[in-house]
Amino acid sequence: MNTADQYLKTIYVVQQQEDGPASTGSIADALDVSPASANEMIGKLEARGLAEHEKYKGVRLTDDGIVRARDALQTYCIIERFLANVLGVEEFRAEARELEAVIDDTVADRLDTIIDRQPECPDCFDPETDACACLEVATAPVEPEQ
Amino acid sequence: MVSVSVSQRITSDDQLARLLQIGIVLEEVVEARAHHHYQSLDAELDAEIEALLAGAAEESAEHRERLESLIEGLGVDSVPFDEIESLVDARYGRTQPDDFDGVLYDQLCNEETAYKFYDDLIGAIEASDAEFSVDRETLLETLETIREEEAEGVSEVTEVMERR
Repeated sequence: MNTADQYLKTIYVVQQQEDGPASTGSIADALDVSPASANEMIGKLEARGLAEHEKYKGVRLTDDGIVRARDALQTYCIIERFLANVLGVEEFRAEARELEAVIDDTVADRLDTIIDRQPECPDCFDPETDACACLEVATAPVEPEQ
Repeated sequence: MVSVSVSQRITSDDQLARLLQIGIVLEEVVEARAHHHYQSLDAELDAEIEALLAGAAEESAEHRERLESLIEGLGVDSVPFDEIESLVDARYGRTQPDDFDGVLYDQLCNEETAYKFYDDLIGAIEASDAEFSVDRETLLETLETIREEEAEGVSEVTEVMERR
């Protein structure tokens, strides 16, 4: 996933969390970059017609931006699911964040052929837990009913 | 939301090992799917596609071995093929192509995806100044050879598709 897509995904999630335009500060915090870097990339996204930036209000994705952001979020969800369910990685969130930049959508699509993703993806993504809400992670075995 | 890094570099042995494991899984997917195509269409399979799929499965197995020896050098376990095969089995009914064109197209996607994966991986390693536990030159040479073979695979499948 390239840097622009990582930004689009983050803006999409922040917009949902803030229930309105995403502030540059929140975007920069979420991506762990400086506000200046965030501003620079936001300018590029604006120039490509993927986002609109209104002074003092924040950034809002355009329809095209939303489509790309949702694709990027799906790719992220595939990486998380793949790490958790196929490779059994406990720290799947941290690793997904490390790996997302190196995993392209076409690669994620192929990995998707062996994971069981839900049709509602990426709406099932929960920003609070930074994971898909229907992700089956290893839990303690359920006691059989007597 | 937890903060993320937008770095596209590989910074540790663990991260490199994980990416190599993903490469192994991609190869295992190719191998398992090629094997399924081979079996599901065997009554009517034509010799050219049969040879192509057999060659692809063999090449994937070789790539897998080369990746395995790299991750062994990093002290990490490989990914068991049986598990991947059963996952492919479980999902296969939903994704199975139903004719030769579908089989060839699926194979083309496999080769293109693998090429893209190795190309990005090589780029990320080259952009990194991290010291890995495996020799950097051997690592890059191995991955470049595999990438080259994937590129040849793409041309080979495209050629068959264009001719048919």
